[in-house]
Amino acid sequence: MGMIRWIRRNLVVIAGLLTLAYMILPNLVVMAFSFNRPKGRFNYSWQEFSLDAWKDPCGVADMCESLSLSLQLAAWATVGAVVLGTMIAFALVRYRFRARGAINSLIFLPMAMPEVVMAASLLTLFLNMGIELGFWTVLIAHIMFCLSFVVTAVKARIMSMDPRLEEAARDLYAGPTQTFLRVTLPIAAPGIAAGGLLAFALSFDDFIITNFNAGSTVTFPMFVWGSAQRGTPVQINVIGTAMFVLAVLVVMAGQIITNRRKKTATA
Amino acid sequence: MTDKTAHTGKNTGGDVRLTGISKTYGSFTAVHPLDLTVPQGSFFALLGASGCGKTTTLRMIAGLEDPSTGTVFLGDKDVTDLPPYKRPVNTVFQSYALFPHMDITENIAFGLRRRGIKSVKKQVDDMLELVQLGDKARHKPHQLSGGQQQRVAVARALINHPQVLLLDEPLGALDLKLRRQMQLELKRIQTEVGITFVHVTHDQEEAMTMADQVAVMNGGRVEQLGAPADLYENPQTTFVANFLGTSNLIEAEVVETGTDVVVTAGGGKLRVPGDRCTSAVRQGGKVLVGVRPEKISLAHADDAGKIADGRNRVTGRIADSSFIGVSTQYVVNSPAGAELQVYEQNIERDTRLVPGAEVVLHWNPAHTFGLDAAQDIDAGVETVEDAG
Amino acid sequence: MSAPTLAKEAPESVDEPILRKPSARKRLVPYWLLLPGIIWLLVFFALPLVYQASTSVQTGSLEKGFEVTWHFQTYWDAFTEYWPQFVRSLLYAGTATLLCLLLGYPLAYLIAFKAGRWRNLLLVLVIAPFFTSFLIRTLAWKTILADDSVVVDVLNTLHVLDVTSWIGWTEGDRVLATPMAVVCGLTYNFLPFMILPLYTSLERIDGRLHEAARDLYASPATTFRKVTFPLSMPGVVSGTLLTFIPASGDYVNAELLGSTDTKMVGNVIQSQFLRVLDYPTAAALSFILMAIVLAMVTVYIRRAGTEDLV
Repeated sequence: MGMIRWIRRNLVVIAGLLTLAYMILPNLVVMAFSFNRPKGRFNYSWQEFSLDAWKDPCGVADMCESLSLSLQLAAWATVGAVVLGTMIAFALVRYRFRARGAINSLIFLPMAMPEVVMAASLLTLFLNMGIELGFWTVLIAHIMFCLSFVVTAVKARIMSMDPRLEEAARDLYAGPTQTFLRVTLPIAAPGIAAGGLLAFALSFDDFIITNFNAGSTVTFPMFVWGSAQRGTPVQINVIGTAMFVLAVLVVMAGQIITNRRKKTATA
Repeated sequence: MTDKTAHTGKNTGGDVRLTGISKTYGSFTAVHPLDLTVPQGSFFALLGASGCGKTTTLRMIAGLEDPSTGTVFLGDKDVTDLPPYKRPVNTVFQSYALFPHMDITENIAFGLRRRGIKSVKKQVDDMLELVQLGDKARHKPHQLSGGQQQRVAVARALINHPQVLLLDEPLGALDLKLRRQMQLELKRIQTEVGITFVHVTHDQEEAMTMADQVAVMNGGRVEQLGAPADLYENPQTTFVANFLGTSNLIEAEVVETGTDVVVTAGGGKLRVPGDRCTSAVRQGGKVLVGVRPEKISLAHADDAGKIADGRNRVTGRIADSSFIGVSTQYVVNSPAGAELQVYEQNIERDTRLVPGAEVVLHWNPAHTFGLDAAQDIDAGVETVEDAG
Repeated sequence: MSAPTLAKEAPESVDEPILRKPSARKRLVPYWLLLPGIIWLLVFFALPLVYQASTSVQTGSLEKGFEVTWHFQTYWDAFTEYWPQFVRSLLYAGTATLLCLLLGYPLAYLIAFKAGRWRNLLLVLVIAPFFTSFLIRTLAWKTILADDSVVVDVLNTLHVLDVTSWIGWTEGDRVLATPMAVVCGLTYNFLPFMILPLYTSLERIDGRLHEAARDLYASPATTFRKVTFPLSMPGVVSGTLLTFIPASGDYVNAELLGSTDTKMVGNVIQSQFLRVLDYPTAAALSFILMAIVLAMVTVYIRRAGTEDLV
């Protein structure tokens, strides 16, 4: 009886943790199979433990090239989307102007559109215009779909910012440029950083839009997609695991640093 | 409007002069065209309820709001079209607007640095000392209490030696006790540095304790301007009479004019000094007769004969009394007016003065004032909704 | 107007006060800020839709070229030929969205109200999987749901697969290459998009509201139904949209985890565009999908009554 009551009382916790397990399980499988030595071309069933892939992560043809291409793409897409998106966010929060509703819809729509629709229509445009598919068409597409997410993130931050802070700066002899650089930008920075991180993640992991508009350029997700057809090298799991571990470590380090800063600040 | 300071022969180089200044937003007029002169070195208060235009006026002086019409002069210089960062004016903002990403030192040094001054340490240290926050130099704003943040905001503005310091409800976020303390503190700082302070507040007690001159604003207009005691003793409108402290206003009819105006109210006769009537009185006309609650003495009806001759008298019945400590406050209903307020000092308490008792209110006619009866008798009375 | 008045003291008598208006330069600032980004969206988001609309009513062939003939028949043909894929897309995406809500809500609730000092760690664990490419993670489900895997064994022993086979979600004792595998993959892929908005709106709820509800005679279940859930509605709405919209157009899960019988409309669009090269049909399909999704989203937002989604 006590057991049943305990389960009933902690139902939410149990259900929540089960969901978490469901979300983490594939990562654990990816990690485990990075130490596998598969028999055939595919790395789906466990054979024996091996460190081969970890010793030679770039041992597969074209994989590391595609990885580096994806990182570059993500970096440029982030820069582009952050610059354009931050400008829009400022205009939307700080100014009154005509066609506000139309502009809001134009920003909302890309987020409310199945990716495959955007991918297909963008391809139609490039084909009609006779533009050669490749790095640049992918970059254009990535900036396009990351833009809305950056606007949303930055807008939220600017809206929560006290407009009196900028007035105070102007009152204290800071001209428009100085006010922006010394006060507005530093305070909006967390929102811009959040938008930028999101843009980077979205761009780096994008497959559908990229697949339509990349031509013969191969990004990392496209490489993985291709290998699912031809044969999955263990190195894919190595890269996936390394990035997962790296991300967790970075987040945890950040957490420790902020905790320590808080402690010294209150001391 | 004549320039009063010109007569006193004081240096007017640092006066703030607003001429015909107004602000409209679409069809809404926040500030009607007004003229105002704030003499150099004075502590000037703009007093009024929220939405009366006092903050808008302040922001037009700061340059944070562009006036729709009119001109702002600092001394003889027209600064109307100067942006805030080019005006020798600084502001202490409501809820302080301290930069959250900078420590206290950087906050205070902000204005100096923007003007290209490199060695700020000495001045910042002096300022921190003036506001008694020397030990908090490297703290972030959110680590300070409300009172400390308020002092940082003052220091951040004062370090620039502005010609005028503007304070926008600077004590609004503090609790009552701290407020009283900071009022004295601000007054001390103002006397010490000698800079003109323009202080916006909705708290009439705050305005009266701190300011040399108070402008009472209502509905985008200045109702009355003067020294606190003058405003209190000689209100010109029902708004000022009710907003500054409490007034008993009685509707009366004029029966006799002259040096003393005689009026009737509720069957009794009252005298008002002719020079304390704001509008022209004529026989048979209406007038609002006012008297402050603390000027009134209270006598039990049995002792009516002992009251000296020549005093204004009103008979009534005590409806309510509350013991405050230093005084007892009575509410008296009379034929002349309902709910008259009387504050009696607790010197010798008459135990017969309890609710239900018949009483006579009497006061020196010199303390009576007369107001134009065409006004709303309840203008400026604080209601429950206002207080919330 | 009347002759200039001599009275200087009354400000009201100043003739025709000069009204100051913000300068033209100041008024143009928002437009300059908007310009680059909006042009980008117009050229690379809106204009392509126009091109696609035009393509969908063209006829011709790859060799001879295509031209606009206002051939609306393509829409009807595309729909009649591929309606099973449309139904499947909406069914799979709808089921996955529902599952995401059912699975995600407890976790979001746990993080928002019960996690205490573990809150940040749990949030990291929700977001961390993102950092491994979703294709790699989806491939991992091939291992997890393989015919001889532990998961399938357990489901078999518990006779779960008998039930799911009976309603057609699985086939015999197989999970991989069945609708269930695809829905499972979709649910997995879009769970974080459900949990994060849910968490954001749950976290804003004042914990004292729960105490107040309990103080006012509400049982835990009633408290949830009458207080917590209604207050989390903004999160529910944006979470379901963020899950349903991408899921309805997805073709990765159907391709990697499904079979030819589980193809969704995304798969058709992809193959028509990239392999068959029948552009008009592909464009028409993509427009039908867009119209269905936008219509559903609009109705849903109206019904849910939440305006502030983004």
